[in-house]
Amino acid sequence: MKPTDIKDPEYFHKVVDCQHACPAHTPVPEYIRLIAAERYTDAYMINWQSNVFPGILGRTCDRPCEPACRRGRLDADEEPVAICRLKRVAADKKDDISERLPSIPKKKNGKRIALVGAGPASLTVARDLAPLGYIIDIYDNQFAGGGMMRSQIPSFRLPIDVLDEEVNYILDMGINATFDIEVDSLREVLDKGYDAVFIGTGAPRGKGLNLPGLEDAAGHVHLGIDWLSSVAFEHTEKIEPRVLVLGGGNTAMDCCRTSKRLGGDDVRVVVRSPFEDMKASPWEKEDAMHEGIPIYNNHVPKELVVEDGKLKGMHFEKVEAQYDESGKRSLVPTDEPLVFMEADTVLMAIGQENSFPWIERDLGIEFDKWDMPVVNDQTFQSTNQKIFFGGDAAFGPENVITAVAHGHQAAVSIDLYCRGESVADRPAPGVTLASQKMGVHEWSYDNSVEIDKRYVVPLAPLKETLADRKIEVELGFDATTGYKEAERCLNCDIQTVFEEVRCIECDACVDICPTDCISFIANQEEEHLRVALTAPASNLAQDLYVSEELPTKRVMVKDENVCLHCGLCAERCPTSAWDMQKFLYNVSKAGQL
Amino acid sequence: MSYQIPKFRHPQLPVNDLGYTKADYEGSISTLCAGCGHDSIAGSIVKACHELSIEPHKIAKLSGIGCSSKSPTYFLGKSHGFNSVHGRMPSVVTGAAMANRNLTYLGVSGDGDTASIGMGQFAHVARRNLNMVYIVMNNGCYGLTKGQDSATADEGSVSKKGDANIYSAIDLCATALQMGATFVARGFSGDKEQLVPLIKAAVSHRGFALIDVVSPCVTFNNNPGSTKSYEFVRDHAEATGTVDFVPMRKEITTDYMPGFSHEVTMHDGSSIHLYKMDENLDPFDRTSALISMEKHRASGDILTGLIYMDKDSRDLHDVMETSRRPLNTLAEEDLCPGNQMLKNINASLR
Repeated sequence: MKPTDIKDPEYFHKVVDCQHACPAHTPVPEYIRLIAAERYTDAYMINWQSNVFPGILGRTCDRPCEPACRRGRLDADEEPVAICRLKRVAADKKDDISERLPSIPKKKNGKRIALVGAGPASLTVARDLAPLGYIIDIYDNQFAGGGMMRSQIPSFRLPIDVLDEEVNYILDMGINATFDIEVDSLREVLDKGYDAVFIGTGAPRGKGLNLPGLEDAAGHVHLGIDWLSSVAFEHTEKIEPRVLVLGGGNTAMDCCRTSKRLGGDDVRVVVRSPFEDMKASPWEKEDAMHEGIPIYNNHVPKELVVEDGKLKGMHFEKVEAQYDESGKRSLVPTDEPLVFMEADTVLMAIGQENSFPWIERDLGIEFDKWDMPVVNDQTFQSTNQKIFFGGDAAFGPENVITAVAHGHQAAVSIDLYCRGESVADRPAPGVTLASQKMGVHEWSYDNSVEIDKRYVVPLAPLKETLADRKIEVELGFDATTGYKEAERCLNCDIQTVFEEVRCIECDACVDICPTDCISFIANQEEEHLRVALTAPASNLAQDLYVSEELPTKRVMVKDENVCLHCGLCAERCPTSAWDMQKFLYNVSKAGQL
Repeated sequence: MSYQIPKFRHPQLPVNDLGYTKADYEGSISTLCAGCGHDSIAGSIVKACHELSIEPHKIAKLSGIGCSSKSPTYFLGKSHGFNSVHGRMPSVVTGAAMANRNLTYLGVSGDGDTASIGMGQFAHVARRNLNMVYIVMNNGCYGLTKGQDSATADEGSVSKKGDANIYSAIDLCATALQMGATFVARGFSGDKEQLVPLIKAAVSHRGFALIDVVSPCVTFNNNPGSTKSYEFVRDHAEATGTVDFVPMRKEITTDYMPGFSHEVTMHDGSSIHLYKMDENLDPFDRTSALISMEKHRASGDILTGLIYMDKDSRDLHDVMETSRRPLNTLAEEDLCPGNQMLKNINASLR
C-alpha cells in the first residue's frame, strides 16, 4: 500500500466516525468534551455554528452519527454514545447566547435573496447569509417559521418554546419574513428582482393508497402528514377510539403516538414490511411500543371495509419477506385468510413526495423524468444559475440535519454567485491538527476509557404524557448523567499521528495497544495486509494508516477500526514518534475565503 | 499518565484451545520506561503462552531484582508469581520445581541479577538442568541505578554517559553452555518473529532452557557506541536460522529446503523446525555451538536464534528420581507408608 497522506483532511475526518457520518459534519467529540467540562454554552455554540438547531436536533435528529459511533463496534453489547441526547444537554443547560450570535451589519451589501419556505434548509441559508450583509426575504405558507419541524414533529417530542427559540435566533437577524402566504408562482418571485432565490419547500405532499372503499370511507381516512399538521395547528383536537396507522416510518410513529393522546384507545400500526426493515428509527419504534401501541408487520393493506356508509375496518393480506441473492426483497403472500382489523379512522403515513406545481416550467429550471428539478449535489444550484434548492425540495425526503447541511452549502454557492465567482470553486474546510501533549505522559484530554454502559434518558410518567400531547416525553439527562455519558466518548478526533523518522521500532506501541491496532510488517497489497496484521482488519469501511518504509524495510500499519484513542501508544513511545493530535474539521461556510 | 489499560480488546482476537484470548495472559500496565525492550519480551511471553494454550494457573513466573525482575507484573496476571531476592531466583525456582513438577517455570532475570550478584546461582541451576525457562532481559547496564555498565556490557561499548567499558563481557550463552545447559538461545526484544517461537520451544524443552534476550535500555544504553542499542543490534545480529514451533496437534504446513532443515520432536510431543542459515553450526553439538559463538564474537556480530539444544536432555527430576506427583498432593499414607513398608526397606538393606 501507498503511505497514507494525512495532509488530506478527509483522512482524519473519516476517523471521526460520528462527525463524518453527520451530514453537517458537526465536530461531535469537541462539543462532548465541553459538556463534560460543564461548558454548556460553548458546547451549544459549536453545535449552533454547525447544525443551527441544537435544541431541536437534540430531541429529534435522525442521528446518523450514532450507528457510526466507534464505541458500538468495540463489543457485542456495547452501544454508541448517546450523542443526540448530549446535544440536548448542551441546549438545556446553556446560558443566554445573545452576546455570542453574529452581528448583523446595518449597512447591507445590496444583494437581495428570496427564500421560499421557512424550514430548516431556508433558515440555515438565512443564518449564513444575513451576517454577510445580504437582504433576506422569507416566504412561507405557515403562520410561523420552522417548516416541517413545526407542522410534523409533535409537541411531546419537540416543545414549541424550544422550536421558537431557535427559529427566532435566525428570524431576529433582520430577516424579512412573510408568513401565511402561499407562493404560487416562482416567476412572480423572480420578477421582484432578487439576486438569487433559494427553494426550501420540502416534500409537502403525503402519499396515499388508492384502496377499494376509499371513496366511501373518505371522511375517516387521512394522510398522516396533513393530519399531523392539522393537530399541530390545532385544527384537530380529537380522534375516534379505534385507529389504524398504515406505514412504518417516523411519520407513522408520530401519527400513532399523537392518536393515543387525542382519544385513540385501540391504536395500531400496520406495516407491510418485516419489523426490522421498517424505516422508522429503532428508538421511535420503541417509544411507540412503550406507549402500548402494537406494531403489526408483514400485513399488506387490501381494502377499507365500509358498511352502511360507515368505516368498519380494514382487510390485510399476510405476507412474508423473501430475499433473493442480491438481497432484493419481495413480499410473498402466505395464502392465509385476510386479516380483518376494526377501525374508526385510518391514517396513511406511507411516505411523502415533492410537488412543484408553482414553478413554471419555462424559467430555465430543468426537471427530470420524476418531475424533480435537476440540482447539483455539491453546489445545490439548479440549471437556472440564480435558483438554488435545498432540503427535501432538492432530492426528496430526508431529515432536518440533511436540510441544514444543504442550507450551508447552498449559502456558500449563493454567496459565490452573488460575488460573481464560480460556485464550483468551494472554499476548503477549516482544519487544524494540534498536539495535545502537556507533559511526558500528560494529555490535554481525558484519555482514560470509561466502561459505563449507555445511559437511558429518563421519561415523564406515561399517564401524564398520554393525557396531554404537549407534555414532553423525554426529560433529558441531568448534569451528572450528562457528564457520565459524555465520558463514554472515545475522543476519536484526537488522532494518533505517526512520524516515521522518529521511530526506533522498539514495538512499545504494539505491545501496549489494548485493541491490537498497530503492526510493523512488510508492506503488501491492502487485501493481504488486512489479514496479516496483529489482529485482523476485517472492517473494510475503516482505513489502514500506513507509514513510509522504516529502516527495517517494514512499515507501520494501523487499523483505525477499533482504536480507543487512549493515547497509550504515544505514552509508551520513547521518541514521540506517536503523538496525540486534535483534529478539528469545520465545513466551509459562506463568506469564508 | 495512564495507570490502567482500557478494558476493551479487539473484538476478533483469536482464541486458543482453551478458549482464552491473548488478553487472558496479560498483566498490569507497565511502569518501565517508554520503549523499554523488556515490554516487548513481556509481549512475546504473553503471545507464546497464549499460543501454547497453557492454562494460566499452570505457570509460575519467578524473578529477582531489577528492571527485568519487576516485569513479571506486566504479563501473565493470572499466573503464580514470586518476586524473590536479588540474584536468588534460581534457588526459589529450584524449591518450587522440586515441590511441584506440574507447573511451567518461567524465571525472569536481568544482566545484573544473573551475571553479577546471581552469577553463582545461575551457574548451578544450569549445571543441575532444572526444568525451567530462564529468560535474561539483557540490556548491558544497571538501568534501575542510572545506567552503570553491567557485567554483560561489551568491552568498548559506550554508555549514555560517554565512557567506553574497560572490562571484558560475560557471555551468558557461552557460560550456560559450559555449565551444561541443555537449551541455549539468544533473542532480541525487537524481533518477536524470532523470539516467540524460541520461547515456545524453550517451554517445551525438558531441562534448563536459557534465552538471553538483548533488550535495549532506551533511557541509558540506546546511544551511538552502545553495542546493545536497537540500531546496533539490528545491524549486527546474525541468526543461526529460523525456528518454527509446531504444536502437537497442528499439521506441518511450511516447506523447508532439504538438507538445511531439522525437525526435532520435543518431550511433550510438539516439534520444532529449525531452518539453518549458518552451515557451520550444528545446534545439537555443544562444541560446534561454542565455536560458532566464539567466531561471531570475534567478528563483532551477535549470534541470535537457537544456538544449542540437547535432544536427549534429562532434567533434575529424572536424575534425582523425584516424586512424579506434586508434594502437596501426597497424603499421609504416601508419606508414611506404614510399619510393614519400613520393615521391607530395612530388610532390603540387610
